[in-house]
Amino acid sequence: MSHRQHENRPVIRVRRLSLRFGGLEALSNVSVDVQEGEILAIIGPNGAGKTCFLNCINGFYHPYEGEILYRDKDLTRLKPHKIAALGLARTFQNIELFSGLTALDNLMSARHIHMRHGALLGCLFFGPTRKEEIAHRERVEEVIDLLEMESIRKKTVGSLPYGQRKKVDLARALCMDPALLLLDEPMAGMNVEEKEDMARFILDVYELKKIPIVLIEHDMDVVMDICHRIVVLDFGRKLAEGRAQDIKDDERVIRAYLGEA
Amino acid sequence: MRPCGVFDKSYALDIAIIRTWQHWAVLISALVFLYLFPLFGSYYLISFINLLCISIIVVLGLQIVSGFCGQISFGQAAFMAVGAYTSSILTIRYGISFWLALPLSGIMAGAVGIIGGAPSLRIKGMYLAMATIAIHFVVIWVILHMEITGSFKGLYPMPPSIGGFEFDTDERMFYIIVSVVIIMTYAARNLMRSKVGRAFVAIRDNDLAGEVMGVNLYYYKLLAFFISCFYAGVAGSLWAHLITVVNAEQFTLLHALEYVGMLIIGGMGSIPGVFFGVLFIRILNELVMFTSPALAKALPWMGSSPAASLGLIAFGLAMAVFLIFEPRGLAHRWEIFKSSYRLYPFAH
Repeated sequence: MSHRQHENRPVIRVRRLSLRFGGLEALSNVSVDVQEGEILAIIGPNGAGKTCFLNCINGFYHPYEGEILYRDKDLTRLKPHKIAALGLARTFQNIELFSGLTALDNLMSARHIHMRHGALLGCLFFGPTRKEEIAHRERVEEVIDLLEMESIRKKTVGSLPYGQRKKVDLARALCMDPALLLLDEPMAGMNVEEKEDMARFILDVYELKKIPIVLIEHDMDVVMDICHRIVVLDFGRKLAEGRAQDIKDDERVIRAYLGEA
Repeated sequence: MRPCGVFDKSYALDIAIIRTWQHWAVLISALVFLYLFPLFGSYYLISFINLLCISIIVVLGLQIVSGFCGQISFGQAAFMAVGAYTSSILTIRYGISFWLALPLSGIMAGAVGIIGGAPSLRIKGMYLAMATIAIHFVVIWVILHMEITGSFKGLYPMPPSIGGFEFDTDERMFYIIVSVVIIMTYAARNLMRSKVGRAFVAIRDNDLAGEVMGVNLYYYKLLAFFISCFYAGVAGSLWAHLITVVNAEQFTLLHALEYVGMLIIGGMGSIPGVFFGVLFIRILNELVMFTSPALAKALPWMGSSPAASLGLIAFGLAMAVFLIFEPRGLAHRWEIFKSSYRLYPFAH
């Protein structure tokens, strides 16, 4: 596997992360490295703190203790839009699209961090802004092509079926030209064919861009197939970390999922 | 309006609003007609269009902050007052020409709007609406208690002039007002289809996801309030120099409610919707003006009260009917018509 060549240069370093909501300790003392060019899966039973972990990385939650470094830049206290500007893109478990916009406009909105022209030039439109719009439209069309969504380009996303909306969510993250992709259950609620499609898209993206991907997923077949490394969370603690095969046979992981025998 | 069989061959064409030569022909002849209108139009129609256009500017601003950015504001009448007073004070006391006072009053209203919009950083929806109502009353209170605004007496600004030519009649003001409306509509439509407009809609539809896309919520919410209040301020300035009397009674909460009503009836999140909504309410008001004397005559036993409140009743009824039967407003109907026209003569 090619990712091993870079294994000593973590892209994200999460150190001793603790997150509390009042008396509830959502994450305690979690340390995870995301390596250059790897697909890392985060798994764990419901309520293990997987989404909280992503929310800390992209700035929705500020941890109570610990630090998050992205290529030596401290993300711990940054606001989400600043973190987005650094190139960290994510998708959501419950699909958080701009439901009043078309699929195309949803993707164009993801070019926000790359667009330079502000309100005054925007009012004029003709000239620089129009040129910029068209240039970014070309980048968006590349993603549309990659994810095979030509037919839904001009549809309002609120009216799209669930699987398609999941796809728009992924496409929108890709349109940010991210340096790191955080995917929160990209295959939740899909049937087998849709899951296969989605897994193929994720691998396509990985092959094309070679960016590290952090993936939360419940479907163990998918995780075993496409991920290089797995981190297991349980009750906010890191239970295990390692290659897919090792995790599969790990006593503690089996116990966490199936309970005591 | 795009007839069947017109296809986009480039991205530039795909994002164009005016696509075919027929569109250009219609647009240009409409503009020519509009600018020649004072030569043959009746005085009544011209002054009607003047007021219509001023409302359109105010509601365009409201559309940007409420329809696109999703921050409900009931402060639009107060911000219009800020513009009207700024323009009057600048021209009367400081002798600044109207042409400079017009953008300055927009900027002044925008600056007040940023302060007025500040609560939106913390609160949303109904609570923000309440906060903007409070801002309305604060602004009106300040106007009534300052000397420079002429407190209760108000101010008497002069009509604008250029090189000795006075724009002192409705026919002459018509040219200024219509030109400003055209510029403001052009700017609003373009702004809403570029980066800033998408950022606004992102905040309206899903502020969390917007933040993940890199939209700075604070900056864009305040920008939305600034632009919206700039529109109100410009409209206020035009109003002041058209009517040449400014006092606080012209800017009541009822006016602010009427603007929100125009927005809802026209359709939230649509620039053409602004025109539909304003036109609908203004025509409704005119109909009421014609029918209420007849009503008072027909029902003398009710005194003058039903005739006087007919306007409010009609407005409330229209709002209720639209909220029940077409909550997306007239703009939605227009979209349905446009998409069926695009397919004509095929069924689908």
